[in-house]
Amino acid sequence: MPTINIDEPAVLIREKRLGTINAYSGTAEELVEKSHSKQLKDSKRRFSQCLGCNAGQALCQLSMIEDVAIVNHAPVGCAGDFSGFNFVYRIEQENRNLPERNGRYFSTNIQEKDTVFGAIKKLEETVEKAYERVHPKAIFITTSCASGIIGEDIEGAAHKLTEKLGIPVATCTCDGFRSKVWTTGFDAAYHTVLRNIVKPPKKKGNYVNVVNFWGSHVFDEIVKRFGYETRYLMPFSTIEQLQECSEAAATIHICPSLSTYMGAGLSQLYGVPEITVPPAYGVEGTDRWLRALGEVLGKPEVAEEIIAEGHRDIVPKIEELKERFKGKTAYVMAGAAHGQALIHLLRELGFEVQGASVFHHDPVYDSDHPEMDVLQHAVQTYGDVKNYQVCNKQSFELVNALYRIRPDLILARHGGMTLWGAKLGIPTLLIGDEQFGIGYKGALNYARRIDEALDSIEFIKNYSEHASKPYTQWWLDQEPGYFQSGGSGKCTSGRPIAEL
Amino acid sequence: MSSTIEQPRFTCALGAYESVVAIKRGVPILHSGPGCGGKVGQLIAQGEGYAGGSTAPCTNAEEQDVVFGGEKKLRSVIENSFKVIDGDLYVVITGCTAAITGDDIGAIVGEFQEEDKPIVYLEAGGFKSNNYVAHERLINAIVDQYVDKFAEDKEVEKGLVNVFASVPYQDPFWNGNLEGLKRILEGIGLKVNILFGEESEGVKEWLTIPKAEFNILVGPWVGLNTVKHLKRLYGTPYIQFPYLPVGAVETSRFLRQVAEFAGLEPEQSEKYIKKEEGKYYAHIDKMASFMLEFRYGIPRRVYTVADASTSIGFSKFLLNELGIIPGTQNIVDDIPEKFQEAVKKEYEDISNLGRQRDIDVRFDPDAGRAQEVIEEDAKNYPDKRILLLGSAWEKGLASKLKADLLIVSVPVQYRLIMNCGYTGYEGGLRTIEDIYDRVLATYR
Repeated sequence: MPTINIDEPAVLIREKRLGTINAYSGTAEELVEKSHSKQLKDSKRRFSQCLGCNAGQALCQLSMIEDVAIVNHAPVGCAGDFSGFNFVYRIEQENRNLPERNGRYFSTNIQEKDTVFGAIKKLEETVEKAYERVHPKAIFITTSCASGIIGEDIEGAAHKLTEKLGIPVATCTCDGFRSKVWTTGFDAAYHTVLRNIVKPPKKKGNYVNVVNFWGSHVFDEIVKRFGYETRYLMPFSTIEQLQECSEAAATIHICPSLSTYMGAGLSQLYGVPEITVPPAYGVEGTDRWLRALGEVLGKPEVAEEIIAEGHRDIVPKIEELKERFKGKTAYVMAGAAHGQALIHLLRELGFEVQGASVFHHDPVYDSDHPEMDVLQHAVQTYGDVKNYQVCNKQSFELVNALYRIRPDLILARHGGMTLWGAKLGIPTLLIGDEQFGIGYKGALNYARRIDEALDSIEFIKNYSEHASKPYTQWWLDQEPGYFQSGGSGKCTSGRPIAEL
Repeated sequence: MSSTIEQPRFTCALGAYESVVAIKRGVPILHSGPGCGGKVGQLIAQGEGYAGGSTAPCTNAEEQDVVFGGEKKLRSVIENSFKVIDGDLYVVITGCTAAITGDDIGAIVGEFQEEDKPIVYLEAGGFKSNNYVAHERLINAIVDQYVDKFAEDKEVEKGLVNVFASVPYQDPFWNGNLEGLKRILEGIGLKVNILFGEESEGVKEWLTIPKAEFNILVGPWVGLNTVKHLKRLYGTPYIQFPYLPVGAVETSRFLRQVAEFAGLEPEQSEKYIKKEEGKYYAHIDKMASFMLEFRYGIPRRVYTVADASTSIGFSKFLLNELGIIPGTQNIVDDIPEKFQEAVKKEYEDISNLGRQRDIDVRFDPDAGRAQEVIEEDAKNYPDKRILLLGSAWEKGLASKLKADLLIVSVPVQYRLIMNCGYTGYEGGLRTIEDIYDRVLATYR
C-alpha cells in the first residue's frame, strides 16, 4: 500500500504507516525476522520518562529553510525549542559563509481563554505579523497538543492567508500527542513541503538531493565525480530550491529513519530515484553504497574508481587502528537506522558489539525496498546482536542495561544519553555531525575519535566517582524490559510499593 | 497581553518542574505530552540536575489518553517512580493535555498522600499560566501538601528567614544569586532558608518554613502570592525588596531595610555593611582609572531585554555605580498590569541623586518587537558604545549595533553558568568584571 498521500492535510503517523514500534527487548536477529514477517507489536510501559515529540522534529527540518518564517500555534512552552534551533542555525551559517541572521520563529501564545473562545484569530494575526516583520517566501504553521484538542480549521485559515499574502502559508500537523515516534515530525515537515512547496519537474536537474540535518558537505566531492552537483535538504535550502527538488537526478539518504518519507515521496510523485541501500557507513557499506549510486546515476565505472582509491588510500590506515580495538567491547545508542549503521561500523573496526539501544524501530520504510533494511545488513554480515533494545530515550532502561553489560566504549548519537555512560565510568563518544562517519574517510574519522575517547579515561573515572545516581538499587536489580508488556513488572496494580 | 511572541524568554506553566529539579533530591513527575519536558528544558535547563531532563518520569500523553483520559497511566507512573527513582520529594505537574481532558490529579495523588508518601501535585496545565506564576503556585502546593503535613515543629525561631527570589533556571544565575543573598543575610546575623540550590539543605530545610520569623521577597511580583499565602497560613510577616540587589549601594540598602524589619541591633548589621563596603570600594578604587581613562571606548548606554527584577537591579547599579545610562527597558516576563506602575516608579526614582531621568519602559513579552525598538532607538546615539543586557537572541542585534552583550536571561547558549551570581557586593564586582571582560575582548 503506498504510504505517501499528499491529498491529505496531515501525514499518517509512523506507527500506522510503517508499523513502527517504541519498545522491544531481545535479539537483533529476532527483530529482523519479526519485522519481515510483519509480526511486530509495540509494547507499552508501566513506567516512562520524558520523550521527544514530533513537533520538535518538524521544526528541526523547517526552521533553517533560508527564507521562511515559522508560526507555532501553541502555548508559549512549545516554543522552548526555538532558541536551540536558532543557535544551530547561526553556527552553521558561519560554517557555510552565509550572512548572520536569526531564525524567525513566532508563538501564538495560546492561553486558557483561547481554548474556550478559539484561537484562529490569534493565529491569523500572528501569521500576518510574521509576514510584516520578515517578508518571507513561505510561512509554515506548526501545530501543538493544545491547538489539536481545540480542533479548529487551521488548514482553512492557512488557505485564506495564502491568498491574502500571496505566499504559501502551509500547515504542518505535528500535535505532540499524535505519535509516540518523534521521527513522525520529520515526516510531517516533508509532507507539508511535498504538499505545498514542491512543484512538478519542468526539466531534469544536474544535481542530487541529500536529505539531511545540517551536516558537513561530505557528499560534494563524491557526487561531483559522477558529474553532478549536490543539494542538501531541508535546512539551508531556499524555498526556490525546494520547489525544484523534484527535478533532481536522485535522492541520497544519510539515514532512512530521517528521510524515508521525503525520499519515497519524491520517488513516487515525481520519479526521482532513491539510493535504496543502507547509507555509506564503514568500508563494506561504502563499497555497496557507491555501487548503488553509480548504478542510479548511470556511471558504475566511476563508483569502481572511487572504491579503488578508498581501498588504496584510506583502508590501510583504518586497518592500522583496528589492531588497537582488538578484544574491546562496545554498546550503541542512537536513532534507528543510524544506530544500526553504527553497529555495522563498530564491528568492522573490530569491536564486539554487546548491545544496542535504538530509539524506535521501523520494520519497513516508505519506499518498501527490503534492501534498505540496515539492521538486516548488520546481522547478515557480522551475526546477531544479543542485547538489542528498542527504547525511546527511556534512560532508566538504558542505565539498567549498561549497569549489567559494562562495555569498554559507548557510541552515542543524540544528546542527553551520553551522561549515563560517563556516570558509570565508561568512555562515551557522541558524534553530532551525522556526516562525520560517511564514506571511507568517515570510517577513519570514527576510528580516530574512538581511539581518542578510549585514551582519555581519567576525566570519566574521576567524574564517575562523584556523579549523582538517582536510580534505586531495586531498579538496577530488575531486568531492563521489566516494565514493558511481557516484562515481569507489567502487572503492578495493587502491589505494595517497594521500600527504597 | 500580546498574542504574538517572537523569541519567547519564558515558558509555560509546566516549566515549574525545573523548580522541583532545583530542590535537592526533588523528582518531578510530568503528566503531559511527550515533548513538553524537553522543550522547557531546551530553553531554561542547565543539564539534567538530579532527576530532570531524560530522567524525569512522564506519562507522555498519546491520542488515546486525550480521548479517554490518562488517569490510569498516571497512577502507574507515580507508583513506579517511587520504585525506580530515589528521591526525597516527588511533584506531579500537569501539562496542556491533562488540563483539557480534566484528569482528576488530586484524587490520584491523594491515594499516595494517604499512605504518607512525600508527594505533591500541581495542576499547572501548560497554557493556564507561565512558569513564573506556576513557580509561586508550586511553592504553595509544596507548603500545603507536604510541609504543613510533615513539619513537626512550627514554633517561630528568632532570626530564621525564608527567602523567595530568583525563579530557578528561569533566572540563569539562580543558584549564584540565591547563594549571594544567603551570604549577605547571614552576614547581618540571620539564619536563612534559601530552599533551592546548593546552599539549601533540601526538604529538611523546607520543613522549617513555618518556623521563620519573617519572609523576604526579592522581586517586583513573582513570589508575592507565596509570602501572602504564608502570612495567611502561619502569620509570618514579610518584607519585599522589589528587585535584585546588585552592587554596594543596593545591597546596603537591602540589608538595612531587612535589618530594620527584623529589629536587629544596628551595630551588628552596620559592622558587616561597613566591612563589605570597605572591601568593595577598594576594588572600585583600583579600577576607577580604567573607567575614567580608557581611550578606546567603553559602553555609555544600556538597553535591557529581561525580566523586571533583573532589569531594575542592573539598571540601578549601572547608572549609579558605573555611569552607564539606561536606554529603553524591555520587560519581557509578562508581568501583570497591576505591578507595572511600581516598576515604572523604580525607574523614575533610579538616580541616587534624585535627578529626573526619562527612561522608556516597555512591558511586552514579544521580544522580537523589542529588538526592533532598540535598533530604532540606537540610531539616535551613533556616538555611544552600547551595552545590551539580554539573552542569546540578542547576539545578532549586538553585532549589528557593534554593541557589547552581557547575557543575563534565558536562552543563555553563549555562556556557561555554574555558580555565577550577580547579587550582593561580590555580585556587583562580578558584573563589572563580566561587562569589561566582554568590552576588552573585542580589541585585537
